[in-house]
Amino acid sequence: MIQLTHVSKIYKNDSVETIALDDVSFEIKEGEFVAIMGASGSGKSTLMHIMGALDLPTKGTYLLDKENVGKLTDDELADIRNRKIGFVFQAFNLLARTTALKNVALPMVYGGIAKKERTKRAKKFLEMVGLADRIDHTPSQLSGGQQQRAAIARALVMNPRLILADEPTGNIATAQAEEIMAIFQDLNDKGHTIVMITHEPDIAEHAKRIIHLRDGKVVNDSNHHRQKRTKN
Amino acid sequence: MDFSELFFEAIGTLTLNKLRTGLATLGIVIGIGSVIALVSLGQSSQKAVTEQIQSLGSNLLTVIPGATSSGSVRGATGEATSLTYEDARALLTSSEITTVKDVSPEFSRRTQVTTAKNNTNTQILGVTPSYSQVRKVNLASGSFISERDVEAMTKVAVLGPQVVTDLFGEGANPVGQSIRINNVSFRVVGVTESRGGTGFQNQDDMVLVPLTTAQKQLFGADYVSSISVEVHDENVMAQAQDEIGYLLLARHKLKDPAAADFTIFSQNDILGAASSITGTFSALLSGIAAISLLVGGIGIMNIMLVTVTERTREIGLRKALGAKKKIIITQFLIESIILTFAGGVIGMALGTGTSYVLSQIINLPFTLSLTSVFLAMGVSGAIGVLFGWYPAYKAAGLQPIEALRYE
Repeated sequence: MIQLTHVSKIYKNDSVETIALDDVSFEIKEGEFVAIMGASGSGKSTLMHIMGALDLPTKGTYLLDKENVGKLTDDELADIRNRKIGFVFQAFNLLARTTALKNVALPMVYGGIAKKERTKRAKKFLEMVGLADRIDHTPSQLSGGQQQRAAIARALVMNPRLILADEPTGNIATAQAEEIMAIFQDLNDKGHTIVMITHEPDIAEHAKRIIHLRDGKVVNDSNHHRQKRTKN
Repeated sequence: MDFSELFFEAIGTLTLNKLRTGLATLGIVIGIGSVIALVSLGQSSQKAVTEQIQSLGSNLLTVIPGATSSGSVRGATGEATSLTYEDARALLTSSEITTVKDVSPEFSRRTQVTTAKNNTNTQILGVTPSYSQVRKVNLASGSFISERDVEAMTKVAVLGPQVVTDLFGEGANPVGQSIRINNVSFRVVGVTESRGGTGFQNQDDMVLVPLTTAQKQLFGADYVSSISVEVHDENVMAQAQDEIGYLLLARHKLKDPAAADFTIFSQNDILGAASSITGTFSALLSGIAAISLLVGGIGIMNIMLVTVTERTREIGLRKALGAKKKIIITQFLIESIILTFAGGVIGMALGTGTSYVLSQIINLPFTLSLTSVFLAMGVSGAIGVLFGWYPAYKAAGLQPIEALRYE
C-alpha cells in the first residue's frame, strides 16, 4: 500500500542544509500496524508528513496505492489526504469553539458529502469512540483523551484505508492513553492500516511492526507479536 | 460544500470577535454612509435649484442691459442703462415680433424699508401688472399693482411674505397699512404667496411697487433693470430670442450683433450654469467620500491579513483534511464580503438618515436615487472582493505542513 524508494528530504534554511531523511526505503502492506520510533530529530515527523502527502520528498519516490504522490498537484494531494488518509495529531488539532459533531464532520464537508449523511456518519463515529453524549461539546469542554477520541472519529469518517497518527498519546494521561491505543488496535483488527509515530516503547508495543529511525536513516525494522489480541 | 454553509460558517467566525468585526466594518460604514449622504444632498440641492428655476417657466426669456462676451449668464445687472420701458413696449407691439405673449419690464434696487417699529433692507422691484402673469406670482391677500397705478405713479406696494414677517411680525395682515421706502410713504395693497426661500434670489424677500413710481419717485431713473419676456411656446424660444435681439439692435441703432448692449438668456441658460456649479460641487464631495471608502477598504484588508495569520494553524488543518485552494479562498472572501456588505447596508441606512435630517434642516427636498443605493451596495461588495482577495490568496497558498507547525 505504501512504498518508499530511496526517499530523502533535505531542508534548506539560510544556505544551511539539514538532511531530515536520508535514503529511506520500505514498504507497508495493507492491514499492517506499524510504529515508527526514534529520538527527536531522527526524522520521524518528516517521514510521517511525506507518507501523509503533506510534504513531498526531495529525492526518491513515494507510491501510495501505486500512485506517485510526488507528481500530484496541490489540489490532487488535498483529495488524496481527504479520501485515503486519516490524520491523528499529537495536539489533536480540533477547531476551537466548534462542536465535536462539526469537527468530526469537517473532512466530509471537503469530501462533498451531503449534509444529512455527514451528521449521521459523524454521530456514528462519535458513538464508536464513546463520545455519544458529548457531540455538542466544544474542545475546551472535553478532556485531552476525549479530544483525541473525537480527533480519531474525525480521522475515520471518510473511511480511509490508511491512518497516520503522530504521537497520538503524547498529550494525554496514561490511563486515557490506553483507551486510545485500544481504539487503534480495534481499528487495525477491522482492517485499517495504521502507521503511528511514537517515542514511548510501551505505546509502540501495541504495533505489529516497529521501524526505528536514527539521523534520518532506518536502523531497525522488525516484526513482533502483540501480547494481546493477535489477528488471525 | 455549498455556499450557504460557507456563509453561516463565516458569520460564526465573525461573531467570535465582535469588537474587531465592528471596528473593521466601521470604516466601510463611514465610507458608504458619507458617499450616500453627500450624493443624496447633492442631488437634492440640484433638484431644488432646477425646480426653482423651472417654476419661473421654461418659456421665460430675460433681457438685461450690458453686453456679455462669452454668451453665458451674467452675475449682476450692473449699472448699464441701455434698456428702457419703451424697449419693453416695443417687444409687445412691434409687428416684427410674433412669438411674444407678454412682457414685464422691471426696475430693481435694494434699499431700506421701514415702519414705525421695524425696518429691513430688501429688494424694491418696480413692476407693471404683467409681472404677476409673466413671473407667475399669486397673491395671498389683497390686490396686485394695476395699470392705473403705473400710469398715475401711485404709492402702493405689494409685499413678499418675508418682508411682512420682518416688518409686521409673523402671520400679520398688513393690507391697508403703510410702510416707508426711502422716506416715501406707501400703502400696502397686497401680499404675495410664499414661493420658498432657496435659489439665487429670495422671491419672498421683496417689495413690489409700480414701475413708474420706482423710477421717478424713488430712484430718479429712466431705464429698466431687466425685461422678462413670456414666449407663447417653449418650442419657439430660439426664434423669440432672435426676434427680440434684432428688434432691440434696430431700436438701439446697432448693426453688429457682437456690439449688442444687452443680453438675452433663457431659464435653461441659468439652469445649465447652476447645474454645472452644483454638479462640480457634488462631484468634489463624492470624491472626498470615496477616499474615506478606500481607507475603509484598506482597514478590511488589514483585519483580514491579521485573521489569516491568526488562523494559520486552522488553515493548515483544513488543508490536511482535504480542503482545496478554492474552498479556502472562498471561505476568506466570503468573510471579507460579509464585512464590507454589512458595512454597506449600515452605511446606507446611516447616510440616508443623515441626508434626510440635513435636508429637513436646510429646507431641501429629500431625494434618494435607487442608482446610488445599488451603486453603494455594488461598491461595498466589490471592495470586499478587492481587499479580501490578497489575504484569501495568501491563506490558500499556505503549505499545510508549515501551517500545522506554526505556533
